[in-house]
Amino acid sequence: MTEDNTEGLLSPYRALDLTNEHGFLCGKILGDLGTDVIKIEKPGGDPARRIGPFYNDIPDPEKSLYWMGFNTNKRGITLDIETVDGQAIFKRLVKSADFVFESFDPGYMEQLGLGYSNLSQINPAIIMASISSFGQTGPYKDYKATDLVLWALSGIGYLTGDADRAPIMTSFPISYFFGAMSAAVGALVALGHRAITGEGQYVDAPAQLGLGWSSGPEAQGLWGIDNNIVKRSGRIYQRAKTGVGNEVTYIKHPIAYECKDGAVKFFPFVQGGSLYSTTALTEWVIEENMASETLKYLDWGTLNWQTVSQETVDEITQSFSRFFLRHTKAELWEGAQKRGIMLYPVLTPKDILEFEQLNIRDYWEEVEHPELGTSITYPGAFAKMTEAPCRIRRRAPLIGEHNEEIYVREMGLSTEELLALKQAKVV
Amino acid sequence: MMMEGTDKKSLPLAGVNVLDFTWAGVGPHSVNYLAFYGATVIKLESRERPDALRTLGPFKDGIPNLERSYYFSFTQSAKRYDITLNLDHPKGIELVKRLTGWADVVVDSFAGGVVEKWGLDYDNLKKIKPDIIMLRTCMHGHTGPLARQHGQGFILTALSGLDAVTGWPDRPPAGLYGAFTDHIAPLFNVASLLAALDYRRRTGKGLYIDQSQHEAVLHWVIPLLLDYTVNHREPKANGNRLAYAAPHGIYRCQGDDRWCAIAIFTDDEWASFCQVIENPTLAKDPKFATLLKRKKNEAELDRIVEAWTIKHTPEEVMALMQTAKVAAGVVANPKDQAGDPQLEHYQFFHQLEHPETGTLPIYHGPLFRLSKTPYELGRPPLLGEDNAYVYTNILGLSDEEFVQLLAENVI
Repeated sequence: MTEDNTEGLLSPYRALDLTNEHGFLCGKILGDLGTDVIKIEKPGGDPARRIGPFYNDIPDPEKSLYWMGFNTNKRGITLDIETVDGQAIFKRLVKSADFVFESFDPGYMEQLGLGYSNLSQINPAIIMASISSFGQTGPYKDYKATDLVLWALSGIGYLTGDADRAPIMTSFPISYFFGAMSAAVGALVALGHRAITGEGQYVDAPAQLGLGWSSGPEAQGLWGIDNNIVKRSGRIYQRAKTGVGNEVTYIKHPIAYECKDGAVKFFPFVQGGSLYSTTALTEWVIEENMASETLKYLDWGTLNWQTVSQETVDEITQSFSRFFLRHTKAELWEGAQKRGIMLYPVLTPKDILEFEQLNIRDYWEEVEHPELGTSITYPGAFAKMTEAPCRIRRRAPLIGEHNEEIYVREMGLSTEELLALKQAKVV
Repeated sequence: MMMEGTDKKSLPLAGVNVLDFTWAGVGPHSVNYLAFYGATVIKLESRERPDALRTLGPFKDGIPNLERSYYFSFTQSAKRYDITLNLDHPKGIELVKRLTGWADVVVDSFAGGVVEKWGLDYDNLKKIKPDIIMLRTCMHGHTGPLARQHGQGFILTALSGLDAVTGWPDRPPAGLYGAFTDHIAPLFNVASLLAALDYRRRTGKGLYIDQSQHEAVLHWVIPLLLDYTVNHREPKANGNRLAYAAPHGIYRCQGDDRWCAIAIFTDDEWASFCQVIENPTLAKDPKFATLLKRKKNEAELDRIVEAWTIKHTPEEVMALMQTAKVAAGVVANPKDQAGDPQLEHYQFFHQLEHPETGTLPIYHGPLFRLSKTPYELGRPPLLGEDNAYVYTNILGLSDEEFVQLLAENVI
């Protein structure tokens, strides 16, 4: 990768990104689509530069891989927006910007006189998006949250984990990403409104809405319609059957299975274009003489989940369990591809890097890091486009890397002014 | 924020026509956003192969028919015109080409090879409508050896890297709940589509967008991937523990399967916690005085925390902790979620009238709120219910032609 100016879909636009780690993904999505995103950090560097992992395990603010990963396609300046001079500079930047993204506690920007009502006076076309835990208003708005607390309160936590233990969260925290992603989409809807009316607006993106949505139709519907509380069941898939009088029963079968050296995931589809996958696995199990009598004579195409008995399902899936335990992940994956079975190993990062499909599609991008004297392999675009490609155009900024470029060359501050601001810890 | 008696013309995507070939989860969730904001969407199904979610239970009152699935309802909360069309009939292909001329955006979520078979790939659509925007989303993208493989959110979680880090250290990982990634991939699609529409408005050019859902959802684990590419480290599943916080967990509370999350990062928060649980001895105990000490004695610490939480309801724990500015939250079960005052404040759940299912309380709008632009919801469409309107009013067929199509099983 070399830094280039190939046009992206959103190249004419500029975003000011004040977010912390809760909101990085928002600016990254717009940056991948071509927006000129200016990441604004506190003088000395964003606290999120303390988040690991680190390049070669060296805990240095310029070596956070967390920072690097979520801030590609952004330029970087330092600015203390709590100072009067800092606020004046920020307001000047707002004049020529299209988007402002922030993820401070609700009310913080208003306190500084930088809320949407202030910014829209400076630039009526500005689109401002706030990423938060629970939203800018409502009874929980000032609740203290973390990824774990959000995960719990949003309803997804209760459903995640094994039946016999406490609910669990992903060990890599992801709760806030829903807020960041929603803010990006909301800002682009607002851009559509602006194209027609010329006016900007405010986007309120609470992570709880997205996370809450992810608990899905079964859990929400079985309570909201049938007064039944779905329980977490780990690797067991519970197929709900509703009856007359809202009675709910479940047919259970594994969705993840142990194999010789790890785990694989397989879902017994019986519908439409995916039926072949289930019958192909069945044939393989039969070939290796591991099928129960029930499985041998089963016609998957006519299996009805509403009427099949739990005993029958157990006999089928026990055959699968025994079969998988006899094979390694690699054997199963190879056989699955050959036979057209939708069976996947539970991938770790190493497996993902070696996943052939991603390599063939040139997913990975080598990004130069001259300051480290090396290049690093990054995940590439979230979509492939024929025009104005979505791609990594520049690595994440170093602390204040573009101060001179933006303050002096683009805004016209003098070098002396920049030096003064630097010494006064405004930038 | 939801519009009553919407004046559709004022919505930002009014006038944008969308031909919606999508089915199952990711595609419809993506197209919903275009309809929420005013686009006119025609959903195309066939009687032989309707949207797969129409046949996936649970069903309202346990009656399995095409209009009663919770899954289908959940994914179809925006206004669509629903038509049926047999694309294996030559006349079907002719009609879909005419619909392409009407459309600004075409979205499909089939595995690779399906629309090519009908001659409806991007190159062909472009000949009909040079500035068409086409987005195709499937599990592995439309090139490469896995392009034709069907996908599904229940298994994409395994490919995402997230299943491997969702579990306890002493047993195989449980993995994520449900089709979790079906809730990640759509918003990337919506961002692409909205950006493409803005680009087309400015340049007059359409484009083709190929989304591999796998490639998109990997954006949620970028640091884990970089930790491997740089440091060759594989992540571990740690239950609810976090390297730089303690206590950090989900603790059992009073009641049946009741739990509360507590997350303490700083020594100040620890002091507040000890005050809340009225345990001055614990506050002074050197075994727990600093983060490093608390991490070292974390198993013992977790037992002490739970010995206190078990005597309280999760609601009490949350209220007491939040008052002391300690991060804590009830582990909300589906009933709690349905009654959550914050979600209610944001009108998270909507009810819509539907001729077959009555009012199900499981419909959602967008996951954000705009200060000036409302959104419009629509109930799930019945299979083929808009055939007459679309074929005669939008495509301009005569009544005779329409009846002929019915007679020939084209629609």
